[in-house]
Amino acid sequence: MGLIAREIEGRGIPTLSMTSALSITRSVNPPRAAFLDYPLGHTTGKPHEPALQRSLLLDALTAFETLEEPGAVLELPYTWEEGDAWKDHVMRPDPSAGSGEAADDRTARHDTPQYQTERDRELAQEALASGGCETCVFLSDP
Amino acid sequence: MTMAGSKPPVDYIRRTEEQYSALGYPVYRWVESETPPPWAPVRKPLSESRLGLVASGGIYVAGQVAFHFKDDFSYRVIDTSTPASELRATHFAYDLTDARSDPNVVFPTATLRGLVAEGKLGALSERAYTFMGGIYSSRKVRDVLAPALADRLVQDEVDLALLVPV
Repeated sequence: MGLIAREIEGRGIPTLSMTSALSITRSVNPPRAAFLDYPLGHTTGKPHEPALQRSLLLDALTAFETLEEPGAVLELPYTWEEGDAWKDHVMRPDPSAGSGEAADDRTARHDTPQYQTERDRELAQEALASGGCETCVFLSDP
Repeated sequence: MTMAGSKPPVDYIRRTEEQYSALGYPVYRWVESETPPPWAPVRKPLSESRLGLVASGGIYVAGQVAFHFKDDFSYRVIDTSTPASELRATHFAYDLTDARSDPNVVFPTATLRGLVAEGKLGALSERAYTFMGGIYSSRKVRDVLAPALADRLVQDEVDLALLVPV
């Protein structure tokens, strides 16, 4: 996403990149970032906590008005849980699983659409059959 | 540097290296920008600004084609007034449980609509753009997807852009 931020900013639109992966963000170096130290999949908050979601997003958006140096990162003062035990397990394969493909617990890279529900698949196929999906944009690689 | 948590942030670059190494795969080359980022000055207060949203959590709307997991660099156009009940999440690289239960954790349209209603934010663009991150080829992102999304935001005449990766 940092590459996209740099492209958009280069067209004259100020960007703010939320992030929960500080090392990746520092490596790509987007113009402005707000770091939230939560597990991946929660870049803008915890589920069903609208007051928290509002508070942290409002804090993040202040970065537009306060960050003045390209590449600056605002660190948001929120903690996922006391003790942060979740950090011990992220991307740490089970050592007893051996090595190579047998130990690879990552999701296979399917090349067909991965629908959340079967009903979604039917709806998409109906849409495609009756004129296509105008809001689905498939880019070609020149 | 002070950190809010009791443990330092997870270094995802290092953990990816460790994971790939343990699996016997070659090292993944993360993007390292050699040049400083561009800089566009903010010209209006937040309360008068129109915000565009781009999110990479694999969000689509029921009725749209879902993302696939093998270097999918397509994007979806999503009306920012779409109710949460019609938003879906699909992605190979993160636990989708919470995003499917409450899309605001990776696609904060309801939160942003609330900030507009409060007057904290001027307006939210009618269109958001979503894709599925974890695209292995940074060249495709840099040369194809990024310019396409930037074109859309320029056409939408947004004052600011919020980017929400996962």
